Amino acid sequence: MGLKTPLYDTHIHEGAKIVDFGGWDMPLHYGSQIEEHHAVRRDAGMFDVSHMAVIDLTGERVRDLLRYLLANDVGKLQSPGKALYSCMLLADGGVIDDLIAFYLTPAWFRLIVNAGTRDKDLAWIRVHATSFGVAVSERTDLAMIAIQGPHAVAKTLPLLPQEQCAAALALRPFVGRAFDSWFIARTGYTGEDGFEIILPAADAPQVWKKMRAQQVLPVGLGARDTLRLEAGMNLYGNDMDETCHPMESGLAWTVAFDPPDREFIGRSALQALNAKEGKELVGLMLEGRGVLRSHQRVITAPDAEEGAFGTGTVTSGSFSPTLNRSIGLARVPRGSGPQVQIDIRGQLHGAIVVKPPFVPKGNRL
Amino acid sequence: MSNVPSDLQYTKNHEWVRRLPNGQVEIGITDHAQSALGDLVFVEIPEVGRRLLAGEACAVVESVKAASDVYSPVNGKVLAGNPDLASRPELLNQDPYAAGWLIRIELDSPIAASTLMNAAEYAQQLAAEAT
Repeated sequence: MGLKTPLYDTHIHEGAKIVDFGGWDMPLHYGSQIEEHHAVRRDAGMFDVSHMAVIDLTGERVRDLLRYLLANDVGKLQSPGKALYSCMLLADGGVIDDLIAFYLTPAWFRLIVNAGTRDKDLAWIRVHATSFGVAVSERTDLAMIAIQGPHAVAKTLPLLPQEQCAAALALRPFVGRAFDSWFIARTGYTGEDGFEIILPAADAPQVWKKMRAQQVLPVGLGARDTLRLEAGMNLYGNDMDETCHPMESGLAWTVAFDPPDREFIGRSALQALNAKEGKELVGLMLEGRGVLRSHQRVITAPDAEEGAFGTGTVTSGSFSPTLNRSIGLARVPRGSGPQVQIDIRGQLHGAIVVKPPFVPKGNRL
Repeated sequence: MSNVPSDLQYTKNHEWVRRLPNGQVEIGITDHAQSALGDLVFVEIPEVGRRLLAGEACAVVESVKAASDVYSPVNGKVLAGNPDLASRPELLNQDPYAAGWLIRIELDSPIAASTLMNAAEYAQQLAAEAT
């Protein structure tokens, strides 16, 4: 028996198929994963993401701590509520976790980290927080609900008092703000517009019920995975982990080398890399039928000088309900493509290398 | 509760076997299996003429989340695969015992009496697995 979110009983009542995810008993789907996927692309769906950890960091030097701890630069966050996506790295550049950091006040930042990495993240953060005099508080008193889809914002507004609607509607992407005891952010993991609401655990079942009344479909982790993959977003543990660095994980854009005098953990290891060598994370579209799955072998075109075939690995693969074909992410030698072969149960299948996202935001296919 | 038709026979791996009047058999996956797998999106069926041994992986059904092997319940030769599944794998979810059949097989040898379960025995296995 695993850990349970404040919405566990609600999921059981909804008929969810429950699976273990990072030690948590979470809904995989509530009947049809594909229907849930389409609901998010076409209308609105909601996810219980309370298994993710909310960590509040407080102290005068909290910004200095995070500028040292994160590969992206929270120095970019100048207006309260603004969020930043970043990796937290080991000294050798390996990825401890990917997370979102919210700047709330000069002495208060909020981190949202993955469920499966919560313990090691907290241990790592605490080690460094001490020397910066920053207090680390895990907010197990909070739940988190993501409402995503083209109609998600409109369907969420009725939850709020009339006088707060305008402010919620005005939230720009990657910005959040407090609404009494709730914190609402225009963020998500689907490639759609929507909100993520962080709220007291006791409020969660009631909010879920109200959203159901607005015809917002509950969506499980199954569709969450196909939605994020279509949007070209990485999943920690699949597409990157402590054995690979951001540059070979499609995350170079999240590493801030400027300003050059900002010292952060992992910086010197990343700077020592040769940008033209090594591997990179690419998108794949399978040409024929079949399904890409993580750990499948990728065979790339022979190297012009060596004459040997390069190999890579599918890190995430699934069937894309929106495109009605299989898509995936793979770590391959830099410069592979435009065509590669995938070993699926001993047979080679052609795939083309593409640049994610597979389904651009707002694309109604 | 999943549907277990009384006129079919079953394996412990959740395949079903229908004995056709001409002595051939048709196989597929059970309602319980399709429900556990979730939305099916791809089916790989053996070539016509391939010889199958009982217990051998002979087909692959892939749901959104994973690929699963289907094991031949019998010794025999593949006569036909369901041609509709290539474009409509969801038939396996919607109608696992009829429109979602997988393979038609000509038996090489009579089915060993002990290898298949009747509906009551299979329902009992499902009940045991659920606890």
